[in-house]
Amino acid sequence: MPSLSYTSRRELEEHSFSPAVTLLVPVAAIVVQVLLSKLYWRFSMLDLPLIVAIFFAVSRRSPAVGTLTGATIGLLQDALTGRPIGVNGIAKSVIGYIGASIGVQVDVDNLTTRVVMNFGFSILNSLILFLINRRLLGQEGLHLQWVQELLRALANTVVAIPVFLLLDTTKRAE
Amino acid sequence: MESFFARFKNVLVLVVVLLVQTIGLAVQVRRPVAIGAPDGAKVTLLRSWVIAAITPIERFFHGIGYNVRYGWSNYIDLRDTRQKNRELKDEVARLRLEQAQLAEDALQGHRLQALLNFQRNYVTWTVAAQVVGTSGTDQSRVLYIDKGAADGLKVDQAVMTPDGIVGKIRETFPHTAPHTAQVLLLNDPTSGAGVLLASTRIRAILKGSSGGRTVITNLTPDSRIKPGEKVLTSGGDQVYPRGLNVGTIESITPDPEHQPYTVIQVKPSTNLFQLEEVLVITGTQSDLPVLAQKDLAQGAATAKEMAAAKAAADEAAAEAAAQSAAQIVAQKLPSIHEGEAATNADPDAAKPTAANPAGVIPKPLPALHPDRYTPGTTPPASSLTPGAEHGAVTYSAPSAPRPRAQQTQPADGEESTPPTADAPPAAKQKQAKPENESPNN
Repeated sequence: MPSLSYTSRRELEEHSFSPAVTLLVPVAAIVVQVLLSKLYWRFSMLDLPLIVAIFFAVSRRSPAVGTLTGATIGLLQDALTGRPIGVNGIAKSVIGYIGASIGVQVDVDNLTTRVVMNFGFSILNSLILFLINRRLLGQEGLHLQWVQELLRALANTVVAIPVFLLLDTTKRAE
Repeated sequence: MESFFARFKNVLVLVVVLLVQTIGLAVQVRRPVAIGAPDGAKVTLLRSWVIAAITPIERFFHGIGYNVRYGWSNYIDLRDTRQKNRELKDEVARLRLEQAQLAEDALQGHRLQALLNFQRNYVTWTVAAQVVGTSGTDQSRVLYIDKGAADGLKVDQAVMTPDGIVGKIRETFPHTAPHTAQVLLLNDPTSGAGVLLASTRIRAILKGSSGGRTVITNLTPDSRIKPGEKVLTSGGDQVYPRGLNVGTIESITPDPEHQPYTVIQVKPSTNLFQLEEVLVITGTQSDLPVLAQKDLAQGAATAKEMAAAKAAADEAAAEAAAQSAAQIVAQKLPSIHEGEAATNADPDAAKPTAANPAGVIPKPLPALHPDRYTPGTTPPASSLTPGAEHGAVTYSAPSAPRPRAQQTQPADGEESTPPTADAPPAAKQKQAKPENESPNN
């Protein structure tokens, strides 16, 4: 009988997902986001793909995989917009990397941690998007509307908690 | 070296991913393209694949929702349908009258345009489409519709609703999604449209803002521009036909970042956040469409009928008024001689007849104290001598004395009054002869 030796928290709590979940959940998040926005325009404030990117990043606890997952989800999201492709890709790549790095260090299954994490990543996402638009795309007239971004972060956090609980059921222990 | 890559694998992956995407962004924004322009070929390819994968799912869910709504509104929720039908019929009747009133002006306008060789494009062909999806984010205001290149849609065709313009076709996907097109809404930050302020006729450029509003930012302060003014398309952008409704001015504020310009916020006439069905303008022509010409002709005919009916009614009213006036005269005039009327042998003589509608004109009563103004006291012209003075030709009251006589004959003892300053000299000369010296008196 082989002996198991856990040398780090990462090895202890690393999760994987089936290919179907890995493929379908991001697509479902994008489709639901689109449908919700069509149903009522204020739902476009939400960012379900961001929530999914954070979940996969912190669950897999691999910064490289988190980066690639975030980039893929962001690029898919960009493809549906009328803007240059890569804006959301860059933002979600960074968030995937940081999310996976944090997941190695802290207990991301804790509710409080999830609340703080989602709120913080939502603000970070808005900040990165603002910097990309302002600096890389040259939209000088763009301003960061803090109140709106805080409300967006709050809304994303509220939605992220049940989504995380739902996605927890798709985890596959290593 | 191998341990370096193993050690910094995660950071390297991040750097490479960010670098690739940044280069991709730089390639996309490298060319000085016009705002709202379609993508290059490589970008379109990636976008096409994603849209081809996503839109069928959107279409499926949209179909479910549409069928549920259709079934509910057409088979179940039919309350007040008769009432609405009546109201709509009334509205049609009212609009027909309005159309008739405007038809003459419209025809005259067309004649003048023809005289001036004025070119104007009329919307003739449209394709109705349903909105099946959005971008899903508030950073990009685009829609996806269920008609595409296979239905004759092309990039830069205007999209509108009966209320006003909505945006334009930004992208079609002829190979991957031939029945899907991407619509760039008016309130997207990269959108723009040439507009005309309806009453002041000032031309401007309408843009979208990051908050989803539509604003005009290229005008300096002008006291003639007021909130509530209508905004129409100017046709100068070669996308939107001239004269389509855009919205109304909501507010005018100074632009703190670009002085002395103003930020004119325009409220779109169409609710851009809740669109279900749109019309894509696929063709225009310089002449009026056949259907519109028929409507105009019908309106003009109705206007003529209305004018004829109105003229007939006016004529009848005038006749009635004339008869009424004659009756009023006939009733009032005899009342002057009520005392005589009692003694008159024939009281019906004063009544109007067909030959004399005003009736018999009564003679005035004789004066109690006749004077020179009494009718009949003036001598006949045959008795007057040419050149001779006549007592009747006096211009002022006899009591006014002569000023000169007062100065030259102070010893006469006449009671004198100061001369009137405003009396004309001729009148003063005539005053020299007192009235009581008139041979007629």
